[in-house]
Amino acid sequence: MNFITKKTVTDSKMLGRMITRLSHEIIEKCKGIDNLAIVGIRTRGEYIAKRLAEEIENIEKTEVPVGILDVVMYRDDFRSKNKLPKLKVTDIPFDVDNKKLILVDDVIYTGRTVRAALDALTDLGRPASIKLAVLIDRGHREMPIMPNFVGKEFKTAPEEEIRVKVKEIDDKDEILLVEAKK
Amino acid sequence: MSLSIENLLGLEDVPQADINQIFDAAFSFREVLERPVKKVPTLKGTTVVNLFFEPSTRTKNSFALAEKRLSADTVNFSAASSSLQKGESLKDTIQNLCAMKIDLVVMRHPTPGSVKMLADFVNAVIINAGDGTHEHPTQALLDIMSLKEKFGQVQDLNVAIIGDIKHSRVALSNIYGLKTMGANVMLCAPPPFMPVSVEDLDVKVTYNVDEALEFADAVNVLRIQKERQASGLIPSLREYRNRFGITLERVASLQKPITILHPGPMNRQVEIDSAIADGENAIILDQVLNGVAVRMAVLFLLSGS
Amino acid sequence: MQKSTIKDKLLLKNGEMIDPCQEKIERQDILINDGKIEKIKAEIDAQDDYKVIDLKGLKIAPGFIDLHTHLREPGQEDAETIATGARAALAGGFTRVCCMPNTNPSLSTQESMRFIREKAKLVDIDVMPIASITIDRKGRELTEFGELAEVGAVAFSDDGNPVENSQIMRNALEYSKLVDKPIINHSEDQDLKNQGIINESIVSTTTGLRGNPTIAEEIMIYRDLRLAEFTGAKLHIPHVTAKGSVDLIRAAQEKGVRVTAEVTPHHLSLTDEYMHSFNTLGKVAPPLRSESDRQALVEGLKDGTIDAIATDHAPHTYNRKETSLDLAAYGMIGLESAFGLVMTKLVHEDQLSLIELIKKMTTMPAAIIDIELPCFKTGERAEFTLFDTDEWWVFNEKNIESRSSNTPFIGQELTGRVKKVIIGNKVIEI
Repeated sequence: MNFITKKTVTDSKMLGRMITRLSHEIIEKCKGIDNLAIVGIRTRGEYIAKRLAEEIENIEKTEVPVGILDVVMYRDDFRSKNKLPKLKVTDIPFDVDNKKLILVDDVIYTGRTVRAALDALTDLGRPASIKLAVLIDRGHREMPIMPNFVGKEFKTAPEEEIRVKVKEIDDKDEILLVEAKK
Repeated sequence: MSLSIENLLGLEDVPQADINQIFDAAFSFREVLERPVKKVPTLKGTTVVNLFFEPSTRTKNSFALAEKRLSADTVNFSAASSSLQKGESLKDTIQNLCAMKIDLVVMRHPTPGSVKMLADFVNAVIINAGDGTHEHPTQALLDIMSLKEKFGQVQDLNVAIIGDIKHSRVALSNIYGLKTMGANVMLCAPPPFMPVSVEDLDVKVTYNVDEALEFADAVNVLRIQKERQASGLIPSLREYRNRFGITLERVASLQKPITILHPGPMNRQVEIDSAIADGENAIILDQVLNGVAVRMAVLFLLSGS
Repeated sequence: MQKSTIKDKLLLKNGEMIDPCQEKIERQDILINDGKIEKIKAEIDAQDDYKVIDLKGLKIAPGFIDLHTHLREPGQEDAETIATGARAALAGGFTRVCCMPNTNPSLSTQESMRFIREKAKLVDIDVMPIASITIDRKGRELTEFGELAEVGAVAFSDDGNPVENSQIMRNALEYSKLVDKPIINHSEDQDLKNQGIINESIVSTTTGLRGNPTIAEEIMIYRDLRLAEFTGAKLHIPHVTAKGSVDLIRAAQEKGVRVTAEVTPHHLSLTDEYMHSFNTLGKVAPPLRSESDRQALVEGLKDGTIDAIATDHAPHTYNRKETSLDLAAYGMIGLESAFGLVMTKLVHEDQLSLIELIKKMTTMPAAIIDIELPCFKTGERAEFTLFDTDEWWVFNEKNIESRSSNTPFIGQELTGRVKKVIIGNKVIEI
């Protein structure tokens, strides 16, 4: 399927500011960074998580552990899709027990990915708390899930999609609103 | 991402891209197996029937564990093929199962082709857990995955398969899988254990075990079934060990390390010395762990098709 | 299949007569009166009281003879009966079949032979029983060849089982000289066969199915040829499959051994490659061989080493076939598809001329069992098969008259088709 770009939601500069603001909010809401750990949901969430961790370390001058979560095994929709999502490795190099976890994804939409991620995280141990950070909340929730930290709320139509690009894999930082070409 | 195959009946026609996908998924599941909670809900609501017409401990347990780790619902059906001899046709058994609305069938049968027959009759995904002396694809996948884990890649690797090649489903699946992945294969067996025209599969053939060891980066040592001696194919296990056994002396005389695989169960001191089987270059227990991971991967990837 | 009885004189017009007895093909009209040939002439004018059948585009040959049919009765009437087998024969253009004795009870006694003859009276074709060589085909004691020949045995065979004991085989050959009927020995050395299911080749290697090597057949044929030479008896070799066997038979014939041989349509049309499908319908004994063997069989037919085409029609019920390959029964039905297959594989591929093919389905089998063939002589009984050599058709279930349908040829495209059979004053539309 081909997509056409309808609008740039956030450019590279704004995305950097968004990360800085979210980092400050996280430190503030969590009352410091003791026991704080950040877990990004593959694929784009992984890079956002690493940037948040970097930014927090810059501010607090202390290292924050980062993990990557692959939620494909936990999804409820993989068999209804035509193509299986590619299975990748979950890599959480720390014990999640009693951690204050910040779960990070690029976009929140129906909430199903986050639901799967919560199941996956609780299978790994018993965190003290889990908070959710996303860059874009595009609405249309199908589950009672609310992010704690939001870069930007952006109302979309169901046929539209939000594309978050990160320079690590997409050569460029930006967030686009796209729509499938009919 | 999906496999091009719909069933896993054998490795003969499985393309490299599919095998790589299975390995990628299997390495993901390896991570799950290292967790405190070794279970994911991936196949919740999926029904798997384990249809074993022949006794099996290892393969059956490995599949059972893989299914449980994926949260599948499982039904176990074991039948000696003798009960089929009494009159119920294989087709009847299969149709009966089919009527139960199952999603996947893992099948072991003593006769080559029976699993394919099942696939022709049943509207479910079929995984071959060994059909007689034909193929045992998941065993070969776990063998090759263990080689990939150990060597980083399988391309251009020299692998020797030693033992009763002719009566081995493991050997045939390994030959197909290894050739697809670009490895070089040498077979080593007493002449009555060498299949007819096997060179046509682009493999080297030798009756000299030292030549095979010299060639190989890794050897897959097959189990010698004691019945073979009784049926007059080889004179004695003693002679087999002396001529073909992977003995401490033979391995020690090599100027290189050699990786040892064995699909189990082992006849220690017959086809392989204990000191070798338990030695630092044996990856026999990795094979067992990879077996669960590979079967999880196959179940997962095929359940989506 | 539709059968009608002609009360009037029957005039067959415009047909092309293929006469294997005189080895000629010519357009002739044939007038039949009360089931007997009254006149054969290039042009016979129709009279008011004649029933006329226009055979334009059709060829007319003597009815085919099958040397190797399993009719299953008595004992396995769920698979085939003499009545259903006779219908299958007609559908294939066969007016005479030799039925094999591996029934239950086997055709080892006069009583069982009489049972066949009684049942055979009720069907349109001639059923010629082959009696067993040994009692109950166990390979131990000889049956009463003389008594059995007296009640119609045309040959002796333990088909399905080889006579393994060489001394018994010698005795059988020697004793057969008393009646001068051929001994037909199923040629597979059971030890060398090694419970093989398919041909031993790269196909057995890649399918994992147990291999039955050609040497299992050749060894036994070699022994039998030597014994036939030694005893001077008549030997007929059924369903030859291997190149080595053809070579052995050829060499023996050159030495003057009284040996004849047959080949099946399925060994001429399929090879062991078929077994990659793992389809039990391809499980036959002896097994489907390699392409080079198949070509040697064709060569053997061409140079006369192989005298006859015989179907080895072997009906089995579904449950004996729809099981795993090791448990599945050996054999496939063959009567209905035989002519289409050999036309397609031999005549249309320019391997054999039409007249040669017809000889191998009529005069040659007749000679092997030493029976008179009516051919096209006035005063003889009408017994004809009429066919279209060029009709393209797809063999399917509807063409099967046998009680069983175990054949891998369903869906096979064929060129050449039997259209009618005439026996006496009966006309059967296929």
